[in-house]
Amino acid sequence: MSGGRPATGARRGGGNATSSRRDFLRGAGAFTVTLAAGVTLMAYGETPAAARQPGEPVTSKQRWGLLIDVSRCGDGCTACVTACAEENGWKQGGNPLTDAQWIRKVTIRNPKNGVTRSAPVMCQHCADPPCVDVCPTGASFKRADGIVLVDKHTCIGCRYCMLACPYKARSFVHEPLQDQKPYAPRGKGTVESCTMCVHRVDTGRIPACVEACSATGNGAMLFGDLNDPGSEISKRVAQYPTSQIRADLGLDPGVRYRNL
Amino acid sequence: MKSRIVIILLLSTVVIFWLEAAPARAVESGLPKTGTIGAVAPSTGEAKICTAELRQMSRSGKPPLTAGVNVPRPPKGKGEVCVADTDYMRRFHMDLLAHQRDDTVREGIRTKRFSLKECIACHVVNGPDAQPVTYDNPNHFCRVCHDYTGVKIRCFECHASRPPLGLRSTLPPQGGDAKALARYLKDVEQ
Ligand code: HEC
Ligand code: HEC
Ligand code: HEC
Repeated sequence: MSGGRPATGARRGGGNATSSRRDFLRGAGAFTVTLAAGVTLMAYGETPAAARQPGEPVTSKQRWGLLIDVSRCGDGCTACVTACAEENGWKQGGNPLTDAQWIRKVTIRNPKNGVTRSAPVMCQHCADPPCVDVCPTGASFKRADGIVLVDKHTCIGCRYCMLACPYKARSFVHEPLQDQKPYAPRGKGTVESCTMCVHRVDTGRIPACVEACSATGNGAMLFGDLNDPGSEISKRVAQYPTSQIRADLGLDPGVRYRNL
Repeated sequence: MKSRIVIILLLSTVVIFWLEAAPARAVESGLPKTGTIGAVAPSTGEAKICTAELRQMSRSGKPPLTAGVNVPRPPKGKGEVCVADTDYMRRFHMDLLAHQRDDTVREGIRTKRFSLKECIACHVVNGPDAQPVTYDNPNHFCRVCHDYTGVKIRCFECHASRPPLGLRSTLPPQGGDAKALARYLKDVEQ
């Protein structure tokens, strides 16, 4: 999977790198759209994953992705972060320098006009993930359906992947842990990051962050299959200009942003 | 003179036989379940003894005839049977787990039968506080044999070694509906 990464900037363009930030007027109209989107989001998020039986392996027919509409992301809202921490059992509050952080809210400011935007950033689930390239043991890998994971059984904790990741999406567990979630094992000495909630996706559910976001009514996050032209996420990616963070690196992340 | 020596020899042989057979008699008469029985093990292979004796133990609840060996006694799981033949589980559970691990992590296969979560959910041992014990406790199901054989596993540095408190099964919180249950049961049946 690793060879043949296109040269830097090869995937730029095609409406991906929208650099101008439009002021977004939050009106009643926008709110209705949000609610409607929340509904379709659930419906489209669940169907494709549920089609697979528990005994069937994942295939490259699917490529799971996220579409984050930055204009809908609440400024002080951290529902997605809290939901992720709760779901996967990484709690903040210990040592801020070393605590795991699978997803975080980032504030972006346009220096030209002072407009700020807030958006969640997590593992971007690249099609050509640099973390996988540098991993000496094969622990970092990309699942056939595009989800980038750490196989913690093989991880030796060298942290090359953390250095290689341009999104600073990975964390290292520094302390021994107790009472982890049964479906989200974590342990000292290994690297971890957003798993796009594989344990949920594999059983036909949507990631915890997406669920929490739609529960707030913001509906800024959409989960779905980028390979299925009929999926809501594909339709929107085809219809509106969306961008990838650092698209110039040519890593083709599966996490897309709108109105960034 | 000669006949006296013969008689002494005969007598001592009888005594020796008596002593040798003592443990077996003690077992038949219901020796307390100490786990240690004091004579020499038959000359069969160690692994075989272990399996056969363990089976006898778990079936009859009686101490095995294995002598001089402090055999481990893993507590029974819930229900009557394991997810595969008990003898097979004793010998090959590590292979099943390793296989399941790769299938799940690498391929997203989430069958329940050999899932570590399910072993933990079924093989619960309660402590004095009536709560399931963790791997820190020597009575934890996965520790009984391992402590005995000197096997060290690190699985529970990451994996939960007991089901979440107050929860009977590790079925996902929202998957506890009839459909998921039916799927689960079908899964276990295979
Ligand atoms: C460094 C942390 C870590 C250690 C140590 C570890 N695992 Fe895992 N294991 C994980 C993670 C993370 C998953 C993925 C969970 C998921 O996707 O649902 C996993 C998944 C599994 C699964 C599939 C899910 C399930 O519950 O059936 C099995 C089986 C498994 N591990 C077995 C083992 C065994 C056996 C050991 C010890 C030899 C072990 N693991 C040690 C982190 C660990
Ligand atoms: C539905 C409940 C259930 C599940 C799930 C289950 N077991 Fe068991 N297991 C049992 C029972 C009951 C026994 C005792 C069977 C007997 O006495 O013949 C047992 C016996 C065993 C034994 C032999 C213990 C002895 O007495 O020597 C091993 C080893 C074992 N299980 C490992 C596992 C592993 C590993 C898993 C997960 C892959 C697992 N079990 C899942 C119920 C379960
Ligand atoms: C019947 C006794 C018994 C029970 C109960 C038992 N084990 Fe084991 N286990 C063994 C023995 C013996 C070995 C070593 C086998 C060998 O070296 O070939 C072993 C080895 C292992 C290994 C491989 C270790 C290594 O370093 O290769 C794993 C993993 C393992 N067991 C997991 C478990 C888990 C998880 C449980 C609880 C669900 C469990 N075992 C319960 C007897 C048992």
